Amino acid sequence: MENGFTSSPRNDTFNPAGLRVLVVDDDPTWLKILEKMLKKCSYEVTTCGLARDALSLLRERKDGYDIVISDVNMPDMDGFKLLEHVGLEMDLPVIMMSVDGETSRVMKGVQHGACDYLLKPIRMKELRNIWQHVLRKRIHEIRDIECLEGFETIQMSRNISDQSDDGHLLTGEDLTSIKKRKDFENKDDDKDYGDPLSTKKARVVWSVDLHQKFVKAVNQIGFDKVGPKKILDLMNVPWLTRENVASHLQKYRLYLSRLQKENEFKTSVGGVKHTDSAPKDSNGSFGIQNPISMQQTDISNGSYEFSCSNSLIQNVSPKSVEGDLQGIVSVPVTEPKRALSVDVPDPLKARSSQRDFDCFVPPEADISFTAFDSTIPTQFSWCKVPESPFKHECKPLQDGFSQLPLPGPQHPIQNDHKQSVPSVSSKSSVADRDIEIKPLDATCRSHHSNHASPTGTMIDSFSGQAEVPIASHQAFEPISTTASSMKNQGFNPSSISNLDSAQRNINRGIGSSLATLDEDLKLYLLQGDCLAMNLGLQDIDFSLYDDPLLINEVPFHLYDSRFDYEHPCDPAEYSVVDQSLFIA
Amino acid sequence: MDNVIQLQKKLVDYKTSLFNEGILDDQFTQLQQLQDESNPDFVVEVVSLFFKDSERLFDELAKTLDQQNVDFNRLDAHVHQLKGSSSSIGAQRVQKVCILFRNYCEVRNIEECLKCLQQLKREYYFVKNKLETLFKLEKQIMEAGGTIPVQ
Repeated sequence: MENGFTSSPRNDTFNPAGLRVLVVDDDPTWLKILEKMLKKCSYEVTTCGLARDALSLLRERKDGYDIVISDVNMPDMDGFKLLEHVGLEMDLPVIMMSVDGETSRVMKGVQHGACDYLLKPIRMKELRNIWQHVLRKRIHEIRDIECLEGFETIQMSRNISDQSDDGHLLTGEDLTSIKKRKDFENKDDDKDYGDPLSTKKARVVWSVDLHQKFVKAVNQIGFDKVGPKKILDLMNVPWLTRENVASHLQKYRLYLSRLQKENEFKTSVGGVKHTDSAPKDSNGSFGIQNPISMQQTDISNGSYEFSCSNSLIQNVSPKSVEGDLQGIVSVPVTEPKRALSVDVPDPLKARSSQRDFDCFVPPEADISFTAFDSTIPTQFSWCKVPESPFKHECKPLQDGFSQLPLPGPQHPIQNDHKQSVPSVSSKSSVADRDIEIKPLDATCRSHHSNHASPTGTMIDSFSGQAEVPIASHQAFEPISTTASSMKNQGFNPSSISNLDSAQRNINRGIGSSLATLDEDLKLYLLQGDCLAMNLGLQDIDFSLYDDPLLINEVPFHLYDSRFDYEHPCDPAEYSVVDQSLFIA
Repeated sequence: MDNVIQLQKKLVDYKTSLFNEGILDDQFTQLQQLQDESNPDFVVEVVSLFFKDSERLFDELAKTLDQQNVDFNRLDAHVHQLKGSSSSIGAQRVQKVCILFRNYCEVRNIEECLKCLQQLKREYYFVKNKLETLFKLEKQIMEAGGTIPVQ
């Protein structure tokens, strides 16, 4: 696509005319008004009434838009989720809008990466200025890349022994020039930028696969030692440049640190809303927002977005990382309605019944949604995978299941499960805190509040409705915090198993309603990024873990191919998901 | 011509009263300013969209309130939507009732919510009526060969 801007390099003037704006709002009245207003600003406007349409538009024309303006409240997907997706996949500036100007909402927008937050009714003058965001972002990107390159070069010089693929040593002069480059930011920005106005970098769209490769590479190298060149070499993607990797890496780091912060922040907050991914049929629009969730699910059912505690993250690491991007694709959850409450301490098996499995809304979908919806949406996706012993624990679903430590009927964490925990991916990192997830009323399509309760898990009964929205479970604290520190924090194996079963339930639950709503189950999810799920795990039969059917039922996106699962995937099921989720 | 002038005056007075009474706010003026030759029926189109969407939302609200177990989250979401769209055309009084409505949703007071819905409908039909009168006046002016005075 051509550059929406025109600029004249001679005098560095910037003409915002022709800026390609994508407006997303479910309110038809506003959509029309905004379109008119933007046209009056001489922008090129595309309107969209649904977030998922917007995402597919953005993916189709990867370089087709310069900026996205989106409403916060939309029926099919939370605006924040969309924001995350766009930021990670397309790296476009996103402006949020809402009639609600509460500070907390605005803050949430900023936290999720919004460039701006406009209050409705919106005035023309506010729209006239949006081109500044595009320009600013470009300038920063160029800066970042240059910084990263400089940094990387320095790193290179330090790790000479590791530089087999990098080649040369830095001479004194090189170092000086690198330093100079790093200083440029503080000095002559213009010179160093080149012309950001006219330079339109070809946007790399970080598809699920690509991100998977990225995460895999990062994990292989080791998060601490990672550098764009190393990653690039490992990824072995010929058309990808180091700059692309560098900027993506930076985002990834920010994402992880934000996840961690959010995890810390979110202790026992139960108010994770289940995102809009309300019961939508699995039309493949799973919001795999959290790669972590993917990771988690990958083990079991790949659908949980359990913010694994450190241990989890470790497990997931190679996969989880990959899943991150995938997680970004949040598509409305197909059947978010199922709320399964899992009794954490209760061994999953015992609790969840087969039905429950079916009832689970694709955890990924839900989770990712909720994850995003919840306070720590991003936590999931960017599962930092430090090199951990558990790395290899991530197994395909089947294995994961078998690995699930069944702590036995409801008892507290057993540390010996740690090993198995990793396999559970997200679940394992159950942290100290259990989040209690209240089952949602089946008719309630919105959110569950999850309360993290430090004590044991309780099981609440669902209102016996077939479809209970899956509460966005809170990420397990450990999970969220593990992003940065992978260590088992005394997770509760039982919770893990619960999670596991819950996960499975979720996986199974795709497309089927939760039959065991009347059972009292409450999932205490360890705090983390996991979506609070009310898993109606009644009598989870652990044998189900190994049930290939489970695996098959898990939507593809949940599994996240990066996990290299050997389990068979149901192509039909996946294809739906796949198309909607991933960038082709 | 006198007729046109008379009508124009009538229109201006009418509009002013709507603003003074808080039925419409500045956003409506913005809308009118957006209208141009390329889109001469812009305001009417937008307002029609608003009518359609609002009536749909009223149905949803009624349905939601009619349940055994009222889903307040869902209720709140719909009211929020209505708040948003009423803000789009400057239907100030409707918007204010929405705010009240949302407060009652938060405390889960069904009685008050039901009352709010009634009030909402009243305000809505009131503003709808006013706007339709306004548009009729404008049409009359144009048919008489005049132009719509810009406030």
